[in-house]
Amino acid sequence: MASASTDVLRFDNVTVRFDEQPVVDRVSFVLGAGESRIVLGEAGAGKTVLLKTALGLIRPDAGRVYLFGRDITDLKEKELFAVRQQVGILFQEGALFDSQTVEENVAYPLLNQAKRSLSRDDIDGIENKVLRALEFVELGHTLEKFPSELSGGMRRRVGIARATVTEPPLVLYDSPTAGLDPITANTIMALLVKERDIRNTSSIVVTHRYQDGQIMANFRSDGADGKLVPDPGRTDTVFMVMREGRLIFEGSQKELEASPDAYVRKFVRR
Amino acid sequence: MLDFLKKPIQSLQDFVILAGKAVRNVVRKPHYFDDIAIQADVIGVGSLPIVVLTGFFSGAVMALQMSKALSQYGASGQVGQIVSITLVRELGPVLTALLVSGRNASGIASELGSMKVTEQIDAMRALGTDPVQKLVTPRLIATSAMLPILTILSDFIGLFGGYLMACVLLKLTTSTQYWTTAYRALDFQDVVQGLAKPFIFGIIIALVGCFEGLRTSGGTQGVGRATTAAVVTASVWVFVIDLIITQIFVSMPAW
Ligand SMILES: Nc1ncnc2c1ncn2[C@@H]1O[C@H](COP(=O)(O)OP(=O)(O)OP(=O)(O)O)[C@@H](O)[C@H]1O
Ligand SMILES: [Mg+2]
Repeated sequence: MASASTDVLRFDNVTVRFDEQPVVDRVSFVLGAGESRIVLGEAGAGKTVLLKTALGLIRPDAGRVYLFGRDITDLKEKELFAVRQQVGILFQEGALFDSQTVEENVAYPLLNQAKRSLSRDDIDGIENKVLRALEFVELGHTLEKFPSELSGGMRRRVGIARATVTEPPLVLYDSPTAGLDPITANTIMALLVKERDIRNTSSIVVTHRYQDGQIMANFRSDGADGKLVPDPGRTDTVFMVMREGRLIFEGSQKELEASPDAYVRKFVRR
Repeated sequence: MLDFLKKPIQSLQDFVILAGKAVRNVVRKPHYFDDIAIQADVIGVGSLPIVVLTGFFSGAVMALQMSKALSQYGASGQVGQIVSITLVRELGPVLTALLVSGRNASGIASELGSMKVTEQIDAMRALGTDPVQKLVTPRLIATSAMLPILTILSDFIGLFGGYLMACVLLKLTTSTQYWTTAYRALDFQDVVQGLAKPFIFGIIIALVGCFEGLRTSGGTQGVGRATTAAVVTASVWVFVIDLIITQIFVSMPAW
């Protein structure tokens, strides 16, 4: 099946099984360029597995996955590395390397890319990019700290810096606000919106908080200070709801709020 | 019918695949020399005190045990020979390997296991590194290089322990006789055996530790299980491989 070149990510009837049990079950969707997808669903619904499958970290048992129009389903791990350079990912618990400082963590993908392309980005260039990425998440002062010395919210922000330092066109966020207080959670969402608006990235945001989706769907980032301002006309945010591996809802915020499905309604708060 | 065999065979297969990848990576780019150096330090230098201590006491206790048996035959002059053969062929390699598997197979498994359950291994893959290349191969190189060195050291310290016991404390024999018989007892084959063993044990210990670590599942509890499994499996394999290598050397014609 040919896929339009503007598609950033495309799932075609993808199934992932663990111990015979499907945890992602015949899921199909297309993420267009510049689009944001909010993935809702209870614990164990398969959201994390979905994100990892998008990167080729988990291989589907059936169906195909296309990244930037390229079928990655059967690519070898070595070939996947080149594709993954185009994607940033924030893992659920941050997954910072705890033997490395914040600076080394954020520099890690850059150093890897420099090694791979052999174009030897000079060290200054990398240092600058790292500093800029950390200043973006307002953590420019923590370079020498280790992840264990940071608060949960700070770790999450370092994770965002690491995911976006290579300026990938697609960023996957796994529960960026989980376990954070509402104030910190909103700060994190403001960062995600800022990232989207400054660099025009496509993204998938897995979350338990309906509010996170509302922020993505109805606000834009205002200037360099990253304040959120209402932006009612937006249509680039699509909501998806997963239940036991199935994609049971896909549509706009309006459609979501109008959904008669009892399970879907549980995620909607007004 | 043979369903109960499925899991162990699957594990063995996974192990062999991991081993193949790790070994192949030894000659492949990119090389992570920093990680090799760090691991060599952790495994080699870190194990020094315990290896020295146990080496010393095993040599001393061997001399003590032998003193009685040998004097019954009026052969207490041979104590150096006995201590040296047992240490170099058997006790040095096996004891050191057991200590290192207790220290490092567990250390490796718990480190890689916690990386696994906190998604750091996935993060590595996502950010463009092959975890086998970055984590397994350096540990494999470091352990298989450091274990022979530690073993040589342990052998010497053991001989010294035996000397203190036999010549200084028990006065069974003169120090010249002790060291000459100890030296003469060894032929080239013994030395090769005494080095081949720790080299292979090192490979086993590193690979088992990494294997158990990388297949950890089930949170922090899983890390505990992986650590225990790594030590037990590595230790058992040390004995099995020891028997096999000894058999090979025993049935070999003298050089
Ligand atoms: N490596 C694995 N091995 C076996 N089962 C797994 C594995 N990873 C995930 N699962 C199972 O797949 C299902 C979906 O897991 P997943 O992590 O995607 O849930 P989730 O939607 O991200 O939940 P949460 O909101 O709690 O993060 C769960 O039932 C989980 O037990
Ligand atoms: Mg999850």
